[in-house]
Amino acid sequence: MNRILIVAEHDGARVNPAIAKCVTCARAIPDAEVTLAVFAADPATVAASAAAIAGVDRVVTVTHAAHANPLAAAIAPQLAELAAGYSHVFGPSTTFGKDLMPRVAALLDSAQVSDLMAVESATRFRRPIYASNAIVTVESSAGAKVVATVRIASFEAAGVSVAPAPIEAAVVSAAPDTHTRFVSVSSARSDRPDLQTAAKVVSGGRALASAENFGILFKLADKMGAAVGASRAAVDAGYAANDMQVGQTGKIIAPQLYLAFGISGAIQHLTGIKDARTIVAVNKDPEAPIFEVADIGLVGDLFQVVPEIERLLDRPG
Amino acid sequence: MKRILVPIKRVVDYNVRIRVKPDGSGVITDGVKMSINPFDEIALEEALRIKEKGLADEVLAVSIGPADCQQQLRTALAMGADRAILVQTDAVVEPLDVARMLRTICDRESIFLAILGKQAIDDDCSQTGQMLAALWGRPQATFASKVEIDGAVARVTREVDAGLETLEIDLPAVITTDLRLNEPRYVKLPDIMKAKKKPLDTVDTASLGVTPVERLKAVKFDPPPQRTKGIMVKDAQELVDALRRKGLA
Repeated sequence: MNRILIVAEHDGARVNPAIAKCVTCARAIPDAEVTLAVFAADPATVAASAAAIAGVDRVVTVTHAAHANPLAAAIAPQLAELAAGYSHVFGPSTTFGKDLMPRVAALLDSAQVSDLMAVESATRFRRPIYASNAIVTVESSAGAKVVATVRIASFEAAGVSVAPAPIEAAVVSAAPDTHTRFVSVSSARSDRPDLQTAAKVVSGGRALASAENFGILFKLADKMGAAVGASRAAVDAGYAANDMQVGQTGKIIAPQLYLAFGISGAIQHLTGIKDARTIVAVNKDPEAPIFEVADIGLVGDLFQVVPEIERLLDRPG
Repeated sequence: MKRILVPIKRVVDYNVRIRVKPDGSGVITDGVKMSINPFDEIALEEALRIKEKGLADEVLAVSIGPADCQQQLRTALAMGADRAILVQTDAVVEPLDVARMLRTICDRESIFLAILGKQAIDDDCSQTGQMLAALWGRPQATFASKVEIDGAVARVTREVDAGLETLEIDLPAVITTDLRLNEPRYVKLPDIMKAKKKPLDTVDTASLGVTPVERLKAVKFDPPPQRTKGIMVKDAQELVDALRRKGLA
């Protein structure tokens, strides 16, 4: 039996959609028993949403005031303690998981498999390296605990369970470290879908030429029910917020549809969209590398094409 | 003495097109340009700025790897690091063992701040800083886009999925750098000459009490699946038609 513990990232009310993808990854391990761990100041509603994910056998909660805002320093010692008796400890490849899991791995004296993209056996996994220009298969030593971050773009989300998993409170003795204090979080939260899990993403590059011009992409995205992303060039130029960056060092996404406007397609950007089902590219430059990976390409001026698409979407096809 | 540690990794240059060896035993690194990991350059730049503000006395650059890493350490010295240590080894050193060695250096050198790149662009692991913080029992502020040192604490703004998060951490601590923390300075020729006179010590892994262990064995390397080029359309109408045929609009 492989006992897999997954840290359930959440926003205080619900588990992050990435967790249902981690569950699918864990279920790919033979003979798996899957436990979700919720660290929260008040875990009840989060735990209920965790228990509703199909394929989850058990939810354990750790309640502590220090978990009102998720801090790696506070969670790591408790997660490491909880990991006793588990063969695998997983977290999502979100900024939360990337921050937390290596701290846990070090406390457990374990290596970490970062961005686990495919399970070949309980000890053999595939992961991307060199901005996804190579895929390495790694084998962990027999008997060693496997700590991993799960590349969420590589897995479909597990469905909803008909019978929710049991929830129990865990007892841990490790005290959260207090040398790290949460001050604030500022986010341009909107009603738009979350970029990392959206089915459709509209994205813009340096060619947008200003933050104001990004407005035309937001308008199109709202019409399509899409999230909005950006290339590193657009973010560096100040046209888009940092949390919109798609690519090797930003978000790795796998939407059904990715619409790239004025993005040339640097290799680091393509890394972030390789798993998109359909890629559409609109660019003035017919030689732009993005056309090499696009399913549908259009050479044209985005400032004409975007409003036209928006108008055409209003008409029945 | 307030000393900042900046680990420097030698990696295949950002602009090199990576190819997997035909026998699947690795990626081709023979004869390709090697550079300082770009995130480590940002880490070094931040350390230098902190020192230039009078908030630190010395910047120590450390690299772990083969003798050739001296090139990257010389570049770090030319950028402004005061001295460098090469932990020379030809072994594959995983992030946990790198963190172990750095931890020993933190103790020996009384480090008050370790600034690392958030990830190396070769293995894309993004582990070493967090592991060092865990082993050292100190705070971590990863993916930093702003760092303010104020006496015994640092306020760090982090790039997180939701936006920007600010943490307050007690020093000593570990910070890992995101892209937009700063723009690293260019090295000028006189600095390269000066760097040749700066101290660069070479030690072995045993002197740090660590024997590198292969915990994750790389079994094989494959090229990634390629996307195939699709169709070109001539206008927005054709584009929307194509999306409708796929049920996407």
